[in-house]
Amino acid sequence: MSKPVVATTSLAGCFGCHMSILDIDEKILDLVELVEFNKSPIDDIKEFTKPCDIGLIEGGCCNSENVHVLKDFRKNCKILISLGECAIMGGLPALRNGIPVQECLEEAYLNGPSVSGNKKGILPNDDELPMILDKVYPCHEVVKIDYYLPGCPPRAELIWEALAALITGNELKLPYEVVKFD
Amino acid sequence: MSEKIKFTIDGKECYAEPGQNVLDAAADNGVYIPSLCHVRGLIPAGSCRICNVKIAGRNMTACTTPVEEGMEIENDTAELQDMRKAIVEMLFVEGNHFCPACEKSGNCELQALAYRFQMMVPRFPYEFPLRKPDSTAPKLWIERNRCIKCKRCVRSIKTADGKNIFAFRKRGHEVEIQIDHELAAQMTDEEAKKAADICPVGSILYKEKGFSEPIGTRKFDKNAIGSDIEKVV
Repeated sequence: MSKPVVATTSLAGCFGCHMSILDIDEKILDLVELVEFNKSPIDDIKEFTKPCDIGLIEGGCCNSENVHVLKDFRKNCKILISLGECAIMGGLPALRNGIPVQECLEEAYLNGPSVSGNKKGILPNDDELPMILDKVYPCHEVVKIDYYLPGCPPRAELIWEALAALITGNELKLPYEVVKFD
Repeated sequence: MSEKIKFTIDGKECYAEPGQNVLDAAADNGVYIPSLCHVRGLIPAGSCRICNVKIAGRNMTACTTPVEEGMEIENDTAELQDMRKAIVEMLFVEGNHFCPACEKSGNCELQALAYRFQMMVPRFPYEFPLRKPDSTAPKLWIERNRCIKCKRCVRSIKTADGKNIFAFRKRGHEVEIQIDHELAAQMTDEEAKKAADICPVGSILYKEKGFSEPIGTRKFDKNAIGSDIEKVV
């Protein structure tokens, strides 16, 4: 049997969840034995080259590109996992939810105390730039998500145990200490 | 001393003082009934509904129901636990609970219940309401985004002459917590800390405290909420 294929991505996240994947320490060697990585910032494969078994999604959807990548993951992965608070509930980027986008942009590019050098008062609006969404969406409000691993970041043991359970087909044990929201 | 009342919870024989409510009586018998709004000693409000138990086929809030002789109470059933979990999930989507950025994280009773019920994601869509915090009180920070309207502060925090420092204003789903600015300005450090501690979530915070406890040492990092009650007896 060929190895299960894993893909990962970071949408509106801080890469902390990816750091936590690496935080499984020497078990990363076991992981490389157990699975094959496809599209992921870890191996820098930019596009899917084959159908994947497991997709790990870090971060929620704050712009059109995030939605595009997430839908691409749904299309190419049998199982999608929301990894971390941002993917599950929007996280810190979602602090802007409830505030109109125009107001956010004006604060960031015109009125904020740290703004300097934007004398013409330009708000970024180039076709090349992804469109900002009206709010930051949790991943499961955009596509179907199969599993959720909470935490900021999710504990390395939780990620490891979840992947191991999926790959081996064993039941996932969830000790009290590993499921945390911070 | 008066006669004790005999009752059962999930078939376990328990004893209560006359007039005691089901929630406190259960705790005295080593049975944990989850709750957010109840604090022993305060007049029960029955506002959070998490302590719902089944008595004679009816759902009743354990905090507002006095124990009666021979009462048969269902507590730890799949149906009740799922309903309690659903209420916790509703509270998570109804406000803005950004746990990673909250000073109460690790000591928060709402979060602790979510841990106990192993909430991985709420089953309801997030509302992301916009609520204005109030930082005008000198010692306290009122963060309405996290308020679960349990009324613990309204019920328990008073001045020496019995005036309320906290109150609800507006109605329905717009109801929000308000602090009396004049009275809040006179609060001592102890009173302000008591107000912050009585809040089950991070809605009333003591100013200039910040993230004072490291992760791993906080109240619910290693011990589930209610485990202290279950250990007794």
